[in-house]
Amino acid sequence: MKPDALDDAPLPVSDVFFAMLRRDIRVARRELPFFLLRTTMQPLLLMVVFGYLLPKMGMVAKGYTATLLPGVVSLSLALSAVQSVSLPMVAQFGFSKEIEDRLLAPIPSHLVALELVTAGTLQGLFAGLFVLPVGRLIMGAIPGLGFSNSLQILSVMLLGAATFSALGLLIGCAINPQQIGLMFSSIIGPMIFFGCMYYPWKGLDSVPVMKYAVLVNPLVYVAEGMRATLTPAVPHMDLTVIAIALVALLLFFWYLGLRAFMRRAVT
Amino acid sequence: MPAMIETRSLRKVYPAASRKRVTPARGTPTPAGGVRHPTPHRGTGEIAALDGLDLEVQEGEFFGLLGPNGAGKTTTIGVLTTRVNATSGEAYVAGKNVVTDQVAVRRRIGVVPQRPNPDRGLNVIENLLFHGAYFGLSHAVAMQRAMALLEQFEIADRAYAKVDELSGGQQQRLMISRALLHEPRVIFLDEPTVGLDPQARLALWDILRILHAQGRTIVMTTHYMQEADELCDRLAIIDRGKLLALDTPSRLMAQAPGSTLIDLTLEGDCPAAAILCRAINGVQRVDEEPAGLRAYSDRGGELIPALIHAAEEAGCHVQNINLSKPSLETLFVALTGRKLA
Repeated sequence: MKPDALDDAPLPVSDVFFAMLRRDIRVARRELPFFLLRTTMQPLLLMVVFGYLLPKMGMVAKGYTATLLPGVVSLSLALSAVQSVSLPMVAQFGFSKEIEDRLLAPIPSHLVALELVTAGTLQGLFAGLFVLPVGRLIMGAIPGLGFSNSLQILSVMLLGAATFSALGLLIGCAINPQQIGLMFSSIIGPMIFFGCMYYPWKGLDSVPVMKYAVLVNPLVYVAEGMRATLTPAVPHMDLTVIAIALVALLLFFWYLGLRAFMRRAVT
Repeated sequence: MPAMIETRSLRKVYPAASRKRVTPARGTPTPAGGVRHPTPHRGTGEIAALDGLDLEVQEGEFFGLLGPNGAGKTTTIGVLTTRVNATSGEAYVAGKNVVTDQVAVRRRIGVVPQRPNPDRGLNVIENLLFHGAYFGLSHAVAMQRAMALLEQFEIADRAYAKVDELSGGQQQRLMISRALLHEPRVIFLDEPTVGLDPQARLALWDILRILHAQGRTIVMTTHYMQEADELCDRLAIIDRGKLLALDTPSRLMAQAPGSTLIDLTLEGDCPAAAILCRAINGVQRVDEEPAGLRAYSDRGGELIPALIHAAEEAGCHVQNINLSKPSLETLFVALTGRKLA
């Protein structure tokens, strides 16, 4: 048996936190092909249909790709972030109980939740950055894509990914495994269609009720933020408004998500 | 020397809506003459999974928590491993409060869950290496200990296998390896042999005996009497969140009333039969059961003819007779009025 003193040797929580992050990166790296397939299939199909086929047929105007591309990038980023947290959470809290090893690690439980959201944010960011050059290939030059505003682009992506990752925590801890299909049809579906992904927010001027109703949807701000940075010529919200809204939603989802997580972690 | 584990009037009440940890009792809970427990269903319908539990476990002790499903065993382990917040009362592990000093407690304990819960995103050795990293072990130290443990538990050849490829017994041994990797002072095992075949169960017993010999404090829940009897230094019999008896297995056995327990299954309701049976010389106690009578005899099976005769005399037809030798099982039945499993 080891001496008592060893149990009191300093063990910084950051060491534990980063060990868990390394674990998530290891798992994500191993699942990379599936991860890329899962996160980019839908955006890729959208880009091929709306960005290439329909313009070629003359069904949509040529300039439509400029509206769609930021939306597509934001969609992959959002879906990836939300799924990479919520899907494992549902399984690990629901039946496999895999999360318990981390919940019994010498680190406060809320930091386990923070680590999960951090890993989800990184995955969302990664998915967004992966789709960007793919979009460039299919849709042609992206006006705002340059070194000068890369910081702005990354900031919007980071905030967006963090917000959706926190939403993933909330969804993952709040729903039962049986309801996972319901999550896609009732939450993710409407979020995509009313997320100003296919159209700029300004375009909703003609439907005022809708215009203000969609403001609860975090995807609106990510899509508008990507528009503001990647295709500034398309009408978009002000970046400051976007940043404030995303931070507010991030804090809101984190608060609710953490509460739901703690309720599952310690009963 | 202070106790390694201490609980003081531990209570855990689950609201009425969440009944997941408590399963309903089988049969009639309170035999006539048996120990009567306060019903766990309070006026509001809430359920007390732990109802004022006081326990003390000494360092190096192999301590058993014995009770049927829903007795509060898992909840007790949950509180001691910082995963369940008690409604009231206090609990200490290695001198640290499980609520106010969670991180310190987690550093000192290893937990083997009821059902193996390995990290399925990782292979066998990674499960151990990352666990080591969570506990601040360097890669080299973790690797060395992990291999040694896998060798000891005879799964070293599966080190790079996916955990899903392991058998149930192998997964259980991986869980024990993981719980031991950071060399905890206290090991908690929650029904570790449930779902194992007899051979794997015996192998696990051997492992547990070795751990005990190393001087580790072990707390194990079980509803197998034989397991508790074979392994534990001391046993706490709990039911409905209350401590019913606490002693060494042999001394508990000595407390069992009568020497033999005879269950008579009777046709129909026969209060008269109980009265006649109680009058038989050598019968210590008779409890009325829903299906018949339970008699405690100090002359073994010899009293069976007399019991049958008494029952028939009372106008009851005997359908079945079951005889149990004195054991923890009979003590348990005497204490709680219900069987373990």
